Amino acid sequence: MPIHIIDRRLNPGGKSLENRQRFLRRAKSLVQGAVKKTSQERDIKDVLEGGEVTIPLDGMHEPRFRREGGTRDMVLPGNKKFVEGDYLQRSGQGSAKDSGPGEGDSEDAFRFVLSRDEFVDLFLDDLELPDLAKRKIAQTESEGIQRAGYTMSGSPANISVSRTVKLALARRIALKRPRKDEIEELEAAVEACTDEDERAELVAQLERLKAKSKRIPFIDPLDIRYRRFETVPKPVAQAVMFCLMDVSGSMSEHMKDLAKRFYMLLYVFLKRRYKHVEIVFIRHTDRAEEVDEQTFFYGPASGGTLVSSALQAMHEIVRERFNPSDWNIYAAQASDGDNSYSDGELTGLLLTEKILPVCQFFAYLEVGEAGGSAFDLSDSSLWTLYERLRNSGAPLSMRKVSERSEIFPVFHDLFQRRETAQEKTAP
Amino acid sequence: MTERLFEGADWDFHTLQRITDACEEVALKDLGLDVYPNQIEVITAEQMLDAYSSVGMPLFYKHWSFGKHFAFHEASYRKGLMGLAYEIVINSSPCISYLMEENTATMQTLVIAHAAFGHNHFFKNNYLFKQWTDADGILDYLDFAKNYVMQCEDRYGRIEVERTLDAAHALMSHGIDRYPGKKKLDLRAEEKRAGRRRQHEEEVFNDLWRTVPKGVAKSRSALSIERRRKLLGLPQENLLYFLEKSAPRLAPWQRELLRIVRHIAQYFYPQSQTKVMNEGTATYVHYRIMTKLHEQGRITDGNFLEFLGSHTNVVFQPEFDDPRFSGFNPYALGFAVMQDIERIVTRPEDEDREWFPDIAGKNDVMGVLRDVWANYRDESFIGQFLSPKLMRHFRMFHLHDDPEERAGIRVDAIHDERGFRRVRRELARQHDVGFIDANIEVVDVDLAGDRRLILHHHVIKGSQLNETDAKRVLQHLADLWTYDVALIEVDANDKVLREYVVSPRPIPAAVA
Repeated sequence: MPIHIIDRRLNPGGKSLENRQRFLRRAKSLVQGAVKKTSQERDIKDVLEGGEVTIPLDGMHEPRFRREGGTRDMVLPGNKKFVEGDYLQRSGQGSAKDSGPGEGDSEDAFRFVLSRDEFVDLFLDDLELPDLAKRKIAQTESEGIQRAGYTMSGSPANISVSRTVKLALARRIALKRPRKDEIEELEAAVEACTDEDERAELVAQLERLKAKSKRIPFIDPLDIRYRRFETVPKPVAQAVMFCLMDVSGSMSEHMKDLAKRFYMLLYVFLKRRYKHVEIVFIRHTDRAEEVDEQTFFYGPASGGTLVSSALQAMHEIVRERFNPSDWNIYAAQASDGDNSYSDGELTGLLLTEKILPVCQFFAYLEVGEAGGSAFDLSDSSLWTLYERLRNSGAPLSMRKVSERSEIFPVFHDLFQRRETAQEKTAP
Repeated sequence: MTERLFEGADWDFHTLQRITDACEEVALKDLGLDVYPNQIEVITAEQMLDAYSSVGMPLFYKHWSFGKHFAFHEASYRKGLMGLAYEIVINSSPCISYLMEENTATMQTLVIAHAAFGHNHFFKNNYLFKQWTDADGILDYLDFAKNYVMQCEDRYGRIEVERTLDAAHALMSHGIDRYPGKKKLDLRAEEKRAGRRRQHEEEVFNDLWRTVPKGVAKSRSALSIERRRKLLGLPQENLLYFLEKSAPRLAPWQRELLRIVRHIAQYFYPQSQTKVMNEGTATYVHYRIMTKLHEQGRITDGNFLEFLGSHTNVVFQPEFDDPRFSGFNPYALGFAVMQDIERIVTRPEDEDREWFPDIAGKNDVMGVLRDVWANYRDESFIGQFLSPKLMRHFRMFHLHDDPEERAGIRVDAIHDERGFRRVRRELARQHDVGFIDANIEVVDVDLAGDRRLILHHHVIKGSQLNETDAKRVLQHLADLWTYDVALIEVDANDKVLREYVVSPRPIPAAVA
């Protein structure tokens, strides 16, 4: 009988990949919920570290008719002391019960491992920056001009002298065009020559050379090359993120912590989209300054509150260092909502005229004290102002938050697809 | 002395060839086995995991539940909670055995003897497999199923197909014919039949028929209930078959999907009824072959000891109070009974002569065993061949747990003269799928009236259905039936214990 022995080890793997994807697709909302939960428990820094998630089996359960309860009979091995007619105490589902392999223990939860990419994809899946879809081509990519070799035709301004001369030189050498000093030398020889015959011959030679150098021009139209340019879409692969924060005395540690978490999440998000992300920290009281991260979050400061000062500072920094055509500009402002009353008009003007037109996205996060529900606070002066601006059409996102656990949902809401975001924004 | 098959633990493909030849020699000449041609495939751990998630088959249609099992197995394998099998064997012709690449040469020998000869012989000769499975056609049929499901997804949408398959899977355990029908299953013909039917539909399709006015429906009240039930083939315990044939609003492709799931369930049906016998046979065969090879000097003492180590692990039976205990180990029980039969046939004692007059002292071990392997399933095998000696060996006892009984769980019988027969009968019953699966059947449907489908669950020993699961399965059933479905749980005296009524979910508008 012939026996076939086949080595299957080299067959392409991943046969179950398709089924796994179907499973993830089906369990998407569950897995996403699990991912969200897992990432809330984690440090924000490792928020995107992939790994094991647990989903409730409920939605993924495959039901079968199965029986339970009733009178049970079982035959077991290993009798040591029982005789017929003995009674065993039911010691709370004791050893005599079988352990119910298979379906029995599958009710609670289902654990499995997500790869880092799967995790991140699910994490950020339905987040999308406002208008990003629309602006994707126009703003995150701009047209650039790039050298693309040489061409035979073009505008005189684009003549490539060096390439033209090089080609001419090559042609002259190849066709043996007499060099200038060669002719001069010969002319001198004719001058100096006394013998008639010899002189006639030299003159003839000189004539030949002159004719030849006339036939073979120093620069032929054939030699001329123009520099060629192509327009290519240039991705703007860099983004700058402005963190604006009120550090006046009314901001507590807790509020700063909330803001910090929001900034970090924004950073993670931008980092994933752009190759290069810069962060600018601007803190303000009644005057604004650009500071490093340490000072931003922990440096002491005191004073009144003028939001316009921070916006002014941001505007200047943008003008100096971040050309909006080269940078995607994102800004997130955190504040407890206090602003000096007289500053309102200037703030609104700066925001609508200077800041919003250059920003991809401007988010305002109003932080509150722990325990205080975000929704029963009366609207602060800044909130009122921004809300008015937004109602008149300014592309602002705004949220109130007072608990650490609210950060992620808030972030999520802010960045959700535009349609749903608009319905939900007003709390 | 014969040449050694291999030295040490390493093997290559020539070694595998030599091993297989040697095993074959013993299997065919000494044991007189009758096997399908063998095909042996070496696979990696990852491929083994793949095979796990598609119920061991080399190809299968796509469905999310296989992905779920894969994710689950992968997670527990990675964490080291679960080891992988040394082999998987497929009841097909040629009989395909998958061997793991990390097995040592001894393990490969064991596995080849176990799967390629033990299981193989059992698949080819056991009456259940002969009756219910078509080893020649299964791989082609799975290929057809895979392509058919794919085509349906293209034509009718992934979500629609998934919905139908989900429902069919939920009813899979009740999509089996338990009694042989008129004709043998021919899976190759199935594929042609589906193709012909499609072709016929396309040929006779004429849109004009849609416009022909329909006459007044004929009154069916004339049909007596008896006749109606007869026409529908009721009572019917194969729920998938009933839906395929009688569900009023299923599309032809949905019926075909139900048919595919039903055929596959039927293909696996014998395996669930012969777990003990199947593993017992394979274990007995590998034990005989390995011992013979060792006697012949083809494997060294060291390798034989390695074999004995794994063999002992495989046939280990923890006692009931052992934390490792999870029911009877089919390998241990099956192998013990096979060996016991060998003892009874060759060296019977008085007790055996009394209990097994037919085979005691017959001396033709393989003849008796081949007959046993061919004509029994777990339930009848245990009921027939579990000897008092073995019951004493395992120290078996029978517990009766009646929740009404205050005093506790009663020890009904033990391994003594009074208890042997009762213990044996009870153990046999534990291996009877007829007792394990809920007995549910379609009893009536009023096709002319409200079309409510009525099912009965015949409750045995007060064991009712798990409520949450039952509701979910019924939901699936109602979705396929598209009218109300009622399930009534009745006890032996036709007393109604519980009634479920489920209405179909509205079919959502086509999802973009």
